[in-house]
Amino acid sequence: MRLGKFTIFSGVLIFILILGWYMFLGFGPVKPLVKYTTLGLDLQGGVHVVFQAKELPGSPVNDKTMQSTISIIETRVNELGISEPIIQKQGKDRIIVEIAGYKNPEEAVRTLIKPAVLEFKSPEGELVVSGKDLKDAIESKDPNTGLAEVDLTFNADGTKKFGDFTSKNVGRNLGIYLDGKLLQNPVIQEPITNGKARITGYKDLNEAHRIAVLLRSGALPLKLEILEKKVVGPTLGADSLRRSVKASIIGVIAIFLFMILYYRFPGFIADFSLILYATIVLGVMIALKATLTLPGIAGFVLSMGMAVDANILIFERLKEELRMGKTLRSAIDSGFKRAFLTVFDSNATTLIAAVILYFLGTGPVRGFAVTLSIGILASFFTAITFTRWLLFLAADSKVVKNPKLYGA
Amino acid sequence: MFHIIKNRKYWYIISLLIIIPGIISLFLQGLNWGIDFTGGTILEVKFAKDVQSQDIRSIITQKGIKVSSIQQTSEGNYLIRTEELDTAKRDLLVKALENNLGKMDVLREDRIGGIVSRELLQKALLALLISSVLMLIYITFRFEFYFGVAAIIALLHDVFVTIGIFSIFQWEVDSSFVAAILTIIGYSINDTIVIFDRIRENLKYREKGEALEDLINKSLWQTMTRSINTVMTVIFVLVALLLFGGSSIKVFVTAMLIGVTSGAYSSIFNASPVWFDLKRMSSKGDNAKKQ
Repeated sequence: MRLGKFTIFSGVLIFILILGWYMFLGFGPVKPLVKYTTLGLDLQGGVHVVFQAKELPGSPVNDKTMQSTISIIETRVNELGISEPIIQKQGKDRIIVEIAGYKNPEEAVRTLIKPAVLEFKSPEGELVVSGKDLKDAIESKDPNTGLAEVDLTFNADGTKKFGDFTSKNVGRNLGIYLDGKLLQNPVIQEPITNGKARITGYKDLNEAHRIAVLLRSGALPLKLEILEKKVVGPTLGADSLRRSVKASIIGVIAIFLFMILYYRFPGFIADFSLILYATIVLGVMIALKATLTLPGIAGFVLSMGMAVDANILIFERLKEELRMGKTLRSAIDSGFKRAFLTVFDSNATTLIAAVILYFLGTGPVRGFAVTLSIGILASFFTAITFTRWLLFLAADSKVVKNPKLYGA
Repeated sequence: MFHIIKNRKYWYIISLLIIIPGIISLFLQGLNWGIDFTGGTILEVKFAKDVQSQDIRSIITQKGIKVSSIQQTSEGNYLIRTEELDTAKRDLLVKALENNLGKMDVLREDRIGGIVSRELLQKALLALLISSVLMLIYITFRFEFYFGVAAIIALLHDVFVTIGIFSIFQWEVDSSFVAAILTIIGYSINDTIVIFDRIRENLKYREKGEALEDLINKSLWQTMTRSINTVMTVIFVLVALLLFGGSSIKVFVTAMLIGVTSGAYSSIFNASPVWFDLKRMSSKGDNAKKQ
């Protein structure tokens, strides 16, 4: 029987070690679980922009124009090859766009808010065809010159208008305008009736690609202005991640050592409780697909510091009970019972602050509130159930009998 | 054992010595609001070559852009704060710096308009208010009203100490400061409640003739080891974050460090003495009514 309890006790400790190892270090080719957390923009680099939509002549800000603006932004984002963007409407007339890990976030933001009004105009300024008559726009390289260009295909209506105009105006100019800016002013050599045209003069294929994306997605019905913009370069993001991980490890090791040195055997058990705690918190965050931000990491490590509080409360009680001459088992029992309400009340108030923080906070502050809340619940759970169970197991297996090792 | 309650006027004086200069500073110079609140643009840049901050400043001001501060964060890295720049002005600034000072990487860029900032501040104050009220209700429900009042006074103490010190030293306040203040509130209350809990328990087993101040003093000493050890573990983490963490969480960690220390102090030296005084005054009131 004694051997049985001892086996369970050591089995649990080994299990926790393996669990923690898998969480943070992984096994050879098996990636540690932490790698599956979604990193915030501040840790992997990226851009967060809030656009303010404003009306254009003949196009007021309403649900319909907002919706089509958002879907055009979505098209542009996807065609730029940006993965997992966040595009959200905020309030009535704002749009939030978050792009993570894109190499040129600044350029992306600019492309997103281009009005993209394409016009072909006669020398007199008469509109021949516009973006509405466009069926497709694709970038390519001229096989002879190697120069990048955008090939346009008009729809049936556009093909007819373009054909009619070019037939009547051979030898004259036809201006190509994008957002009111003259891109090119070629001379019409011959009538063009196949509905195809091209725009040349791009630096490289990338630039042509961006223009093609703009033309394909169509013109924005609303004017977008940048209200707020946060850009974190990829190097800074990686650096922040590295630094905060290092700081966390040092802080956590300090807690572990302190607990063992001060509380001896219970402290040793509390360390295992903390490993379980950290695994639960990160596991829940991965499951909730919560984003790990820099303040989030700070909140997480800080919650470790606070999570030991429940253990400290219990151990201090335990010591008192032992000093009063109780047996180990009954001291553990009453120590926990008496600490329970205290832990409950003190955690409940902190939870109130965290929940308010979540509902009123934005962005990273919210991430911090989520980590803090999960942390409070998890620390309550591990301290009350797991630490208690382990202490009883240890007491029953008589692995550590000397009350001195319990700090008494 | 040293009597904490009997010496309470000294603890009040120590608290006032920190809080009053802070409040005076708040009135005279206020807080150093970061662009999260005032609106503006921050660029964190890294120059390939060695550059001087005066050079950066003169190049930017030549372009007619108002610079509020230029701060070197590490070798070659600078934090440039300016008025809010639109895309065209931002490009003008980046180009001017590159043309004059050589290759440069933009590590981070924040641009925040005035409207967003005001919303943020309003929300922060609202959060502060709502959480205080809810915690007061919770404590009144679980303990009694005077415990709640004393706990709220202790947490306001910590908020004023933290805000005051940030005002005195004119350290910049950003949106993470708001998160820090709210966490401090949670932490401070947490600490106070553990002590109140002990007082409540001891009241149940109170011996006849035991003075309330002795009972509180006993409770404080019974929880002293816990109070110190708990704050120690949190401080370990905060110091590690301060020394080794990135520059962008510095405001948050500094605020937390001040608040947590103040929280540990106030829950021992302010909350229980205030509760004692409240109790004493109310029982005097009762006696007066009886007579």
